[in-house]
Amino acid sequence: MPASAASADAPEILTGSGAILRTLEKLGVTDIFGIPGGSIIPFYDELMQQSAIRHILVRHEQGAGHAAEGYAAASGRVGVAIATSGPGATNLVTAIADAYMDSVPLLAITGQVFSTLMGTDAFQEADIVGITMPITKHSFLVKTPEEIPAAIASAYHIASTGRPGPVLVDITKDAQQNTAPFLWPPKIDLPGYRPVTKAHGKQIQAAAQLLAESKRPVLYVGGGVIRAGASAELAKFAADTGAPVVTTLMARGAFPDSDPQHLGMPGMHGTVPAALALQESDLIVALGARFDDRVTGKASQFAPNAKVVHVDIDPAEISKIRLADVPIVGDVREVLIDLDDVFAAVTGGAAPDLSDWWKRLNGLRAEFPLGFTEPSDGLLAPQQIIQRIGELTGPEAVYVAGVGQHQMWAAQFIDYERPNAWLNSGGAGTMGYSIPAAMGAKVAQPDRIVWSIDGDGCFQMTNQELATCTINDIPIKVAIINNSSLGMVKQWQTLFYDGRHSHTELHTGHGSQRVPDFVKLAEAYGALGIRVTKPEEIDPAIELALMTNDRPVVIDFVVSADAMVWPMVPQGVSNSYIQYAKDHSPAWSEE
Amino acid sequence: MSEHVLSLLVEDKPGLLTRVAGLFARRGFNITSLAVGVSEIEGLSRITVVVDVDELPLEQVTKQLNKLINVIKVVELEPALSVRRDHLLIKVRADNATRSQVLEAVNLFRARVVDVSTDTLVVEVTGDGGKTEALLRVLEPFGIKEMAQSGVLAIGRGSKSITDRVFRN
Repeated sequence: MPASAASADAPEILTGSGAILRTLEKLGVTDIFGIPGGSIIPFYDELMQQSAIRHILVRHEQGAGHAAEGYAAASGRVGVAIATSGPGATNLVTAIADAYMDSVPLLAITGQVFSTLMGTDAFQEADIVGITMPITKHSFLVKTPEEIPAAIASAYHIASTGRPGPVLVDITKDAQQNTAPFLWPPKIDLPGYRPVTKAHGKQIQAAAQLLAESKRPVLYVGGGVIRAGASAELAKFAADTGAPVVTTLMARGAFPDSDPQHLGMPGMHGTVPAALALQESDLIVALGARFDDRVTGKASQFAPNAKVVHVDIDPAEISKIRLADVPIVGDVREVLIDLDDVFAAVTGGAAPDLSDWWKRLNGLRAEFPLGFTEPSDGLLAPQQIIQRIGELTGPEAVYVAGVGQHQMWAAQFIDYERPNAWLNSGGAGTMGYSIPAAMGAKVAQPDRIVWSIDGDGCFQMTNQELATCTINDIPIKVAIINNSSLGMVKQWQTLFYDGRHSHTELHTGHGSQRVPDFVKLAEAYGALGIRVTKPEEIDPAIELALMTNDRPVVIDFVVSADAMVWPMVPQGVSNSYIQYAKDHSPAWSEE
Repeated sequence: MSEHVLSLLVEDKPGLLTRVAGLFARRGFNITSLAVGVSEIEGLSRITVVVDVDELPLEQVTKQLNKLINVIKVVELEPALSVRRDHLLIKVRADNATRSQVLEAVNLFRARVVDVSTDTLVVEVTGDGGKTEALLRVLEPFGIKEMAQSGVLAIGRGSKSITDRVFRN
């Protein structure tokens, strides 16, 4: 029926469910991850009748949450996860907490029981707004269809601006079923939300001055640089200042690993040059980094002689852990542009002479390169496998790690040349992140190769999403670094608990019962399963995986269970105690 | 540690108090008093909160509060530049033998009797923390059967208002 002029003026009447979909569409959302249940059926009913938004049916809500995170982290767009009330919603909690810690723009939409039943302990009722308050940037409870467009548009705005983060919108079943006129654009009324993006000129001037005077500066780059899309600006600023750069676990790829000014990753498992550069510096320029305890070690002994310029879009991060001499609140991309200009003006275009500093750092680099020793048990070195995956696949791929030893090796031994190429659960340390996050990344970036670098422990937490991948043609590649154990915990038990390996053996690897058999499991899910046990099988297996794009690939790399992550700063001590290998600390100038 | 009085202008939204109180709890900030009520602007409430923290953690408190989307403004009210009041209701024993002594104390403190029974009085007093504490000390020997206390309310001295500052720009 052709629309008459009169009906074109009158707003369309939609159900709340229709309004959810229309709002998402207007916001530019094209892909969502979820699983239906009683309180979200009305939404799924409408979802079936449209084609603008692709819905990927996951096997567990946690998978939806991490997939949305991976989607967001790989593309910079907002990831959207859908779940029903009660257990559906609570299954999202881990992913929401993860997104909160790593500042991932995530929109979680949950069904809620009828508004008339709320508060009565109704079937599948859970106060998900209350449950997620500490782990969301904000949340909305919606009980009428009229509120839906504004609530979702506001949530999307909050999730994606300022310091990104997860926002939850909980929508009652009656709000989904009832109808209301759809008004667009809705009024976004957030008087208490005004992120500052443009920094104070005075602070920029002070920072530039400190940098011009510094003899031992370090650019301490955090994940904020990636979220802000500031890699190009960082590259220019680094080139103009000549200062060394370190990239945290969340910032791998923010600055090319191939750049000679890059010292690598700082922190507990960082490189010796990166850790000691911070420790010995006289000026730390923190860019979208938050002085996490895994970076600073014992905070009171961290970089004792350094002044700190701290740039962050979240004022609460500045001086939270380390008092900043120059606090700069703003979008790190804009700040870097301003800082670069003012630095050029202060120095007259001639960057300060840092040759003594570079002599020291290059000495550390020569003396303590990243490396690994072959395992003494004759089994495969996990580091070598990960290194080969990176070398054979290249920098345009997306690498998504789980949590633990394999995560650290993947951060260390793959060269990252571009932002959003490295995805991991940094702050929360969520085992099980990798498979669903890789799936989300592949949906966001279908033309890129996406590797999940996973552990045998992590893989067993969320591998059911391989079914989602196979059925929806999302051909991710999974490298299980199978050391038959919860390796990082085991490493700590070896080092700090006199080798008492309490409950860290998983029986999946060499010489074990192999429960489950990962190759058979992969085949059961319709994926190509490959087992690698010998060095000469490594490259062919990776190459076969790279050639196989009609289904997911799972490679069970059976590795030595004795390999440990080095270097390491033991928890709770100064970074000066970094160990290059077991009981081997580099000689540094004792103060 | 030292006490600081914060005045929060907040949107009157469901769950707001949980957000504020939860933030204090999970970040380990100690609240000694909390008072919530409407403000002069429709849809906005004012929370007066007294926190017991050092100067630097206080900065974290205000920054974290400001991150709450429904919090519009957070201002610390300096003691010299603000008026602070507690409101206290005290049910004190007062029989024929002691009633006149109790009443004398009540009058001295410019408090008021708001309910009388054969053996008790309910006394209402408003004042800064020092005054209410002093009255309590005086009434204690007679026997305090019950008391109820509001959180501290505070407002800046002079003609300026916090809302002026918020809505000017």
